[in-house]
Amino acid sequence: MVTTSGNPVGIVAEFDSPASLLHAAESLRDAGYRRFDCHSPFPIHGMDRAMGLRRSPLGWIVGMCALFGASGGLLLQWWTSAVDYPFVISGKPFFSYQAFVPVTFGLGVLLGAVAAVIGMLALSRLPMLHHPVFHSDRFARFSDEGFFVSIESSDKRFDSTETRSLIESVGGRNIETIAD
Amino acid sequence: MELHETSYKLKSPSLVGRNALMAGIIGSLLSIVGFFLNSPQFFHAYLVAYTFWLTLVLGALFFVMLQHLVGAVWSIVLRRIAESIMSAVPLMAALFIPVLIGMHDLYHWSHADAVAVDHVLKAKSAYLNTTFFIIRSVVYFAVWFLLSRALYRASVQQDSRFDHIRLAKMKRISAAGMILFALTTTFAAFDWLMSLDPHWYSTIFGVYVFSGGLLSSIVAITLICVFMRRRGVLSKEITHEHYHDLGKLTFAFMVFWAYVAFSQYLLIWYANIPEETIWYHARWIGSWKAISLLLVFGHFVVPFFIMITRPAKRNLAMMTTMALWLLFMHWVDHYWLVMPTLHQEGAALSWIDVATMLAISGLCVWFIWRRLSANAIVPVSDPRLAESMEFTNV
Repeated sequence: MVTTSGNPVGIVAEFDSPASLLHAAESLRDAGYRRFDCHSPFPIHGMDRAMGLRRSPLGWIVGMCALFGASGGLLLQWWTSAVDYPFVISGKPFFSYQAFVPVTFGLGVLLGAVAAVIGMLALSRLPMLHHPVFHSDRFARFSDEGFFVSIESSDKRFDSTETRSLIESVGGRNIETIAD
Repeated sequence: MELHETSYKLKSPSLVGRNALMAGIIGSLLSIVGFFLNSPQFFHAYLVAYTFWLTLVLGALFFVMLQHLVGAVWSIVLRRIAESIMSAVPLMAALFIPVLIGMHDLYHWSHADAVAVDHVLKAKSAYLNTTFFIIRSVVYFAVWFLLSRALYRASVQQDSRFDHIRLAKMKRISAAGMILFALTTTFAAFDWLMSLDPHWYSTIFGVYVFSGGLLSSIVAITLICVFMRRRGVLSKEITHEHYHDLGKLTFAFMVFWAYVAFSQYLLIWYANIPEETIWYHARWIGSWKAISLLLVFGHFVVPFFIMITRPAKRNLAMMTTMALWLLFMHWVDHYWLVMPTLHQEGAALSWIDVATMLAISGLCVWFIWRRLSANAIVPVSDPRLAESMEFTNV
């Protein structure tokens, strides 16, 4: 079924096998496409490289947030125990960094873990409650037995006829235009 | 050094084994001189070098059992290297004899007259006595020997013909072995290192000693791989992906070491009971304070920030440097565990420390290298070997 209502936002095409999907991803990458995605029922080895995906910045986000959590934890304990309400415990100094390590470590881990979850969702633009590709009935098979490529028309290289012929040349079938 | 293409055996054994044996013999001769000149220094220095290598060898035994238990594929190409290291258990058992000879120089509790006037030692004498000490030592070595031999032999036998039943057997040995390993290493650490200060106790001490040993065995595997790679052996089979994974394990167990070390320290610091804090106090006197801080920063803080990134773990020059540094830190760690009982005013490095280290290192490297050259240096018939060579990190 070709959806015609609304503005076209991209195309989807079906491929026969993981290998041909991988090849299509490489061809799109080499042709300079950026805003496209591959959909398959299972992860395909080497797909990240084939699509030309760069390494996710998530590690840096997590690292910075963990550092922020740890220093915040240490600062919090220093402020509460040594500045705002100094209180002698077991005759130890007000700023007993040894005792502050567990909370510092814990807050570092906590903020790092939260940043990992939220950062992962944000970088994947999730939650996304709807996407126009789901207008295509055929596309639903990607989670079961189909191998699909979707290309968004917002891509700089996108051209309704040229992109179509590129997809066909690498073995894409059942090419559909997607409208919002 | 060259590799036979189909059997994966080292064709022309390099000079490693011979040079190591020479170093071992020279070191042994120097150590014997040291024994006659200053026997307490000799025995303590010997214990440092001995436990340095013993924990490394046992770390490799743990590594092999762990890989069997989790069914790891990436590490199969490295397994024979770890197996060769762990097969040095018989040598470690033989090298334990000087520790037994030096018992009276090393362990205060082994003096009957000292125990007679010391209430705490008298109460502990049911456990800490010479006979039971020797019996326990024999049991530890028996367990380690049987485990390492069974795993090594099953693995080598598999080279000629793969057999799923044998693989399952190695997994079963590892499962039971893991429990035996935990008990024997804990008690061995209590007996051989913690009882140097027989009044002091810490239940986590065995885990602390184990964590350093596992870390050093992982960096030792890395160093052997790099050494062979420079000579063109297994340079295609062991890829950057493997070094990356070894780097992750190095990083993880370095943090684990720090975690355990701090867990031990925090509770003792918090409770502030003199009979417990005395052990740390002894390591804060004079230059021991500098060594303690060197461990905190050199064994954890600085390597943590150096090795945390992905590019660092995939950089072979960086990994080699860090591996050598962490091995040195492992030696400092054991020096720090043992020596304060002898040099109470501060660290005092002696040439005997170097001589004993040279002796045991030479003999261990020679022994391990001989094992490595005796059979294929990868488990050639393991059906997952190809997969192990080709894996990539996401």
